[in-house]
Amino acid sequence: MNGLLTVFKKELADHFSSKRFVVLLALVYIAGLASVYVALQNISADLAGKISDFIFLRLFISSSGSMPSFMDFLGIFIPIIGIAFGFDAINSERSGGTLSKVLSQPIYRDNVINAKFLAGISTITVLLGSIVFIIGGVGLRSIGVPPTPEEIIRIFLFIVICIFYGAFWMGLAILFSIIFERMATSVLVAVAIWLFFTLFMPVIINAVANWLAPLSEGASIAVQIKHQTILSIMSRFSPPQLFNSITLIVLFPQINFFRQVQGIIPENPLSIGQSIYLVWPHITILIAMTIICFAISYVIFMRQEIRSI
Amino acid sequence: MGAEPIVVTEELTKIYGNKVAVENLSMSISEGEIFGFLGPNGAGKSTVILMLLGLTEPTSGRALVFGYDSTREPLRIKRIAGYFPEKVGFYNDMTARENLGYTARLNNISEAEIPEKIDNVLEIVGLSDVGNQVVKQYSRGMKQRLGIADVLVKDPKLVVLDEPTAGLDPEGASQILDTIADMNKNRNITVIISSHQLNLVQRICHRVAILSDGKKVADGTIEELGRKMLGGGRYRIEAEVVSMNEELVEKFKNLKGVVSIDVKDNALHFICEEDLRPQIAKTVVDSNCLLIQMKIQDYALEEIYLNYFHGE
Repeated sequence: MNGLLTVFKKELADHFSSKRFVVLLALVYIAGLASVYVALQNISADLAGKISDFIFLRLFISSSGSMPSFMDFLGIFIPIIGIAFGFDAINSERSGGTLSKVLSQPIYRDNVINAKFLAGISTITVLLGSIVFIIGGVGLRSIGVPPTPEEIIRIFLFIVICIFYGAFWMGLAILFSIIFERMATSVLVAVAIWLFFTLFMPVIINAVANWLAPLSEGASIAVQIKHQTILSIMSRFSPPQLFNSITLIVLFPQINFFRQVQGIIPENPLSIGQSIYLVWPHITILIAMTIICFAISYVIFMRQEIRSI
Repeated sequence: MGAEPIVVTEELTKIYGNKVAVENLSMSISEGEIFGFLGPNGAGKSTVILMLLGLTEPTSGRALVFGYDSTREPLRIKRIAGYFPEKVGFYNDMTARENLGYTARLNNISEAEIPEKIDNVLEIVGLSDVGNQVVKQYSRGMKQRLGIADVLVKDPKLVVLDEPTAGLDPEGASQILDTIADMNKNRNITVIISSHQLNLVQRICHRVAILSDGKKVADGTIEELGRKMLGGGRYRIEAEVVSMNEELVEKFKNLKGVVSIDVKDNALHFICEEDLRPQIAKTVVDSNCLLIQMKIQDYALEEIYLNYFHGE
């Protein structure tokens, strides 16, 4: 345990004193404050008309024309943050000659990778958690309406999901930092995969759905349902889509785009229980993907010859 | 010396893919020795070292360090053995003291002891003045010395150094070697050192093993190796006399144990079965000649080494 704790403390100190942490923190804070500003304007415009439900949640999802919502921002930033804290985890130590030195100390080999993973997750938690609380604080002060218990639960769920999403990308980046000797390669591959899922996966999913169940003019209901099913199944294998669906359902209870989901006639808005019920499979897949990434990294790292470079 | 063997390998073999890196290596190293692993690049020196420390698993055979099997109980070995890797590296953004502190903490040394320990080891390697500088600003020689300090932080009983003088200028290399010899003498630390810089290593090693293509081709003290390799187990003695004459040479030829004599002006080169220096001196004096100097020829490791690899 001592080894784990020592490496963890050192990694955490490294993260917090690194330039990349400062840059990412600044980026996330600017995005957060800018989006909360837009959200507040929207909310006050709306409030003039009527009091709507879930005002507090709208701080995170409200967008206007050119300005994406905080949720959308995070959809872009979390992968970047995850990759930034993971891509050089192992290969920088290898090329710096510190890995063999650390491994020759009386600690278990897995202490090193576990500690790096934990330190990365802690850093991501601090980074994302703090901005969510700041937004909450600013919002509370400006709107003057305290969040309902349900909103608080939803926001916490949102933070947890963000952390897992970040952990997934970090796990992937750590995996590449183990496989690839050079840091430039590991970061490029991780970014390429992210871009693939963000830019091309939606196109591919649509193409496959159109090919298997074409939505022509007179398509029957059965075909339409099949089309939707294909879309939703395939998008579960794409982390960005997964993250988007989960955050939408969690933060946007009024949303009505689940009318296609068989067997559910949604109340409007969805209760917290029903929201969780809806996203449970997505959350499970996201967590499973994170664990798989870590498990593969773990196994490769434990078996890797120390001189394989 | 001549004490208990603390490192023993039995038929140690390592195969990477289809390349045999180390083949059936059996040897032992005694407590208090400075033991050198010599051989050209790719001979398997580093692989042997990694196996000794449990950093890589042998394909077959085993290595015992202080009686612990390096595959089964590597942690016990790592607690008492310090390792100086081939490409020793530090966290460049941290100071030397912070780097050493990290190593100390990984070795479970209590926070209270750490500052004193660090002062102590920095003093030994002569980096006390620059301990608070970030390692980025260190020269190569300073980093190598910091590497020695890093190994000493844990108070090891055994230190394993992989190419500690690589890439250093002669002065830097000699400083490192002095430090190593000192720690062997003053702290009774057993040292295993791998190198291809023979002339340097020769100075401090008590015993060496020569590896070639993963196989041990010879081991022993440098003198033993030299005699075995170059003189066919014989001694080479050089003497210089004033007023050389035929009679004297005849007398030498009759000395028991002399195999051959080569005369060049006043210099004589003997090859003998044993160390005949006293007899030679006596013969010279008895013949009323004057002996200017006499020495038994040292074997340079370089020579031995080239001899080994020349034949192949």
